[in-house]
Order: sequence, then C-alpha cells, then structure tokens
Amino acid sequence: MNINENLLYTVEHEWISVEGNKGRIGISDYAQHHLGDIVYVELPEIEGSAAMGESIGVIESVKAVASMYSPVGGTVLEVNEELESAPELLNEDCYENWVAVIEISDPSEVDMLLDAKAYAAFCATLD
Amino acid sequence: MNKLIFEKHVPNSNAFSLPPGMIPEGDIQESIPEQFLRRAAAALPEISEVEAVRHFTELSTRAYGVDSGFYPLGSCTMKYNPKINEWAARIPGFAGLHPYQPEATVQGALQLYYEMQEMLAEITGMDAFSLQPAAGAHGEMAGVMIIKAYHMNRQDQPRTKMMVPDSAHGTNPATANVVGYDVIEVKSNERGLVDLDDLRAKMSDEIAGLMLTNPNTLGLFEEEIKEIAAIVHEGGGLLYYDGANLNGVIGVARPGDMGFDVIHVNLHKTFGTPHGGGGPGSGPVGVKARLQEFLPTPVAVKNGDSYGLDYNRPLSIGKLKNFYGNFGVIVKAYAYIKSLGADGLKEACEHAVLNANYLRHRLRESYNIPLDRICKHEFIANSRKQAEPNGISTLNIAKRLIDYGYHPPTIYFPLIVSEAIMIEPTETESKARLDDFVQVMKDIAREAVEAPELLLNAPQQTAIKRVDEVTAARKPVLKWGDH
Repeated sequence: MNINENLLYTVEHEWISVEGNKGRIGISDYAQHHLGDIVYVELPEIEGSAAMGESIGVIESVKAVASMYSPVGGTVLEVNEELESAPELLNEDCYENWVAVIEISDPSEVDMLLDAKAYAAFCATLD
Repeated sequence: MNKLIFEKHVPNSNAFSLPPGMIPEGDIQESIPEQFLRRAAAALPEISEVEAVRHFTELSTRAYGVDSGFYPLGSCTMKYNPKINEWAARIPGFAGLHPYQPEATVQGALQLYYEMQEMLAEITGMDAFSLQPAAGAHGEMAGVMIIKAYHMNRQDQPRTKMMVPDSAHGTNPATANVVGYDVIEVKSNERGLVDLDDLRAKMSDEIAGLMLTNPNTLGLFEEEIKEIAAIVHEGGGLLYYDGANLNGVIGVARPGDMGFDVIHVNLHKTFGTPHGGGGPGSGPVGVKARLQEFLPTPVAVKNGDSYGLDYNRPLSIGKLKNFYGNFGVIVKAYAYIKSLGADGLKEACEHAVLNANYLRHRLRESYNIPLDRICKHEFIANSRKQAEPNGISTLNIAKRLIDYGYHPPTIYFPLIVSEAIMIEPTETESKARLDDFVQVMKDIAREAVEAPELLLNAPQQTAIKRVDEVTAARKPVLKWGDH
C-alpha cells in the first residue's frame, strides 16, 4: 500500500496537505483500493462549511457508497471538477488527484491528525 | 444476446385482430380534440403471435427465482413462497374487489385487514399497526415520519439527528435523510454489536432516535438491547426496529418486548410473499400505544360486529398510498400466518437459525468467517483465504456460483466487513440442498487454488457472461437505438 510521506491522514482514510491556512484534501490509497473502481464522486459544495469529521462529499464505487469526511473544520474554497467526468482518476493516482481545498478554521485541529508513520501503523491493524 | 422485440419487427405481421365490438366505430378526430392527437403512429413492434410467444418464453428462461433454485441472498430472506398463498389472493371475493365499494359490501376483506393488524401487533409485541406502506423502505419512511411527528407534537424541536449503526442496511440512513434528519453513525465494537460507549457519547437532546436491526446485518443478536433502549429512551429518543431481519427472532422474541417503539415488517421477507417482480412488496408499520395517533391512515377498526376504515385521525402523518396498501400481498401474508400458526412461525424461525449455523459450521474450513460464533438467520464469510496466491475476490466466488446454478449470496455488505459474503439460507431449504451448496462452495475454494481462471472468467454457463460493471456505472447507456 502506498502512503505519501508528506501528508497527514485521518482514520477515515482522507489525506490533507496543509499550506498556510489552506488544506488540500483527498482520499488515501487504502480508501481507493478498498472501494475498488470508483464510478461517481459527489463533490463538496463550494463555500459550504463543515466541522472536523463531518461528511462533505460522497464517493461511490461498484461495491459501496462511502462518505468523505472533512479532516479538519473549515470552508470549502475549491473542488476538483475533473472528478465529475473522470472519477477513475482517484483510482489512478489518489495523491495527485485531490478532491477539495478548504480554508482551515482552527489550525490546532491539524495537530490531531495522523502523520504517515502513525497512519501506516493504524492501517496495519485493519483487515 | 437475443434481439429485442423491436428488432424482430416485421411490417404487417400483427399478432391480433379484434372482433367487431357492440359499440359502433367512429372517427377519432370527432371525439378527441386536435391538440391531443398524435401526429405519427406509435413505433410499436409488429410481430406474429407465435413469434411474440417465443420471444417472451425465451426471456422467461433467463429469470432466476426461489422456484428455480437456492437463493441465499443475505438480508433478503428469499424463502419459498407457498402456493396456497397465491390461491388465497385469487379467491374471487378478494381478487375482484373494487377499492371504491361501500364498506358494507366488503366486510370480509376489512375483517382480514383488521385481523392482520392485530396479528402483526401480537407477533411483534407492538400495540397498533397500519398496513398502508407499499414496501420495506416505504414502511421505514412511515416509521421515521411517525418519530418526527411525535417529537414535533411534543414541541421537542431541536431533535434534528437520527442515529444509525455502521452495520445498518443502506435504507436506514437514506430514510432518515429523506425524512429530514442528519445521520449520526454509531460504531460497532469488535464483537460486531453496537458500541455502547459510542452510543452514550452520541446520545443528546438533538437525537430523535436510533434505527436498529436485531439480529443485525452480521446475523448477530444485539445482546445488550435492553441497555441500548434505556440509553436512547433516557435521552428522550425513540427506538426504531428495521424488520428486515425479523425472520431471525419471529415467534421466539418480540421487538416490542426489547424496548422498540416503532417497527416496520417486510411481508415479502418474513411472511413468505413474493419479492420484486413477483411482488409487489408490503411494509406494514407498527407502534407502541403512545405513538398510535400518528399512524398513517386509514386504519381498519372493528365496531361491534362490523368493520370499517378510520380516516378521522387528526395527528396522523397522513395517507401514504392510494387506497389500502398492497391488499393482495396482505392476503397472502395472512394466509401464511394462518397456515403456520404460532407454533409454526416459531419452528420456521428455529429452522432458519439452525440452517444458517449449519452452513457456517460446514463452510468454516474453506472460508474465513470473521465473527465465528452462534448466529441467528444469517452469517458473514469472506474471501480472505482465497485472496492469495491467485487474487480471488468475493466477486469472483459469487460469479462462479452462478455457473453451478446457484444465486450468489449478498456480497460487499455489510460495509464493516471487508469482502463480505452474506449468506441467509432461510428455513425452507432441506439438509440435502444445504449439503449440495456446501459441496459447491468447497469445489469453488479448490478451484480458487487449482484453476483460478474458472473464477476470474465466470460465469461461462449463462446467456450473458461476465458483465463490465465499471463501464456500466461510469458510462451507462440508458436507451436502445433512437426510440
């Protein structure tokens, strides 16, 4: 399984790359692999706000429908519209193909996320 | 693949001719206003009678139902549907009724309707039922609307959220959402049951209730259901019972006694009426006395020696369907309950549980069973043992079962078990049938090692081979030709 060293992760298998007060977010390799072929992405709403861990979008594969949760609280600034017509990009490269950019409302929440090493250890405890 | 009937079109080969009617023919333009007349003829296929019969006979051989073979589709309770139920629904006095007939002329039908409400209340431990909802998800929606009406009537307004376990049927969060609740997910513990600490932490005065299936989708009985009910009730919420898995406890334990306030039952699962295309379904909703006034209308009532339909229920969530639910299905389920009786229902449940445990026990050598302990009517296996060295997934096993003439179990559900295979044999299968299924599953496990291409390319014995589900979902073609 591929874990990008430079990102932070959640136990719900989202990643976030923090740049100042902005965070670029996506789903991890574990998530895309377990979902299988992704066939639809319901993108977050621009200007919508979510608390840490609140559902902001939906990712649908042939096997399952999963919520995507906001790794930290914030307001959605940008979404990756390419995913609307090409959801398979998340299978092809889940770290290159981000889902949304959010403005982080409380930077202290970033400290609660898992680094690559802790996330790898967490994944090892799963099926 | 066979041609569509449109592709078999031969001009002027119409299969029918109508005899002259008693009403004189007239020009359509004289009786229907100009703007409603179509300008081009409808593009209907023309085909001879014998070719039409062959076309549909051929299609009928593609169908698979419980009458064709074993159908262990977990959580769907695909039990045999006794044919006596069909006889009952076809009795002319039921089949020929008109929904607008005066009540005095349909007393037998109303009596059956009333008695069905009473029997379902007794079986589930509730106080009152409405037979209105037309299917399981419709019954769920009615139940959650009742919960909402209850809180609104008490002016307990801030309750905007509904709790649903992470093992729940997908219809539970969907229903809560449709009725206007935000969904709060409750975690399962390592034993596959509701995590009480998580439930306690999430219960608050914003929570309208908890939707629960018991036995749950892992086929496991929620042993701490009394404590679960206490946590929800003490927090001011209500407890909703998803009746999809009622077959695992019917006749033995009652949701009403466990502390549930609202329930829907699936007559097309637990009570032996046909599913899907052979249905329709029926999802009666039942409640405890304090919620009775919110039931959908109409409710059948008995006044002295006569029966009627009560619409005068000011706090009711209203009418959910034309007329009186799916009446024919209710007749079939009534016949089912009456032919089994109280002892028969209990025995059916015991055999459903025995059959599931028998399969679990016999399959554990060949397949991984994540929560391998006594289950109720269904259990979860997965393909972990088959993953190496040939990359066999649950999907491949399911597809290979089709080649052996079996309908695959439910797969990739519940979501909390990776690569899940959910097997529900039901009580109506014999030991000989179960043994044959076990043998086939063992053969497939052996093939997974010795001849993996048989699984990876399955099915091969069917008219349509492996379908490309990914392209079908990403680029669906939703119409044929230019029609």
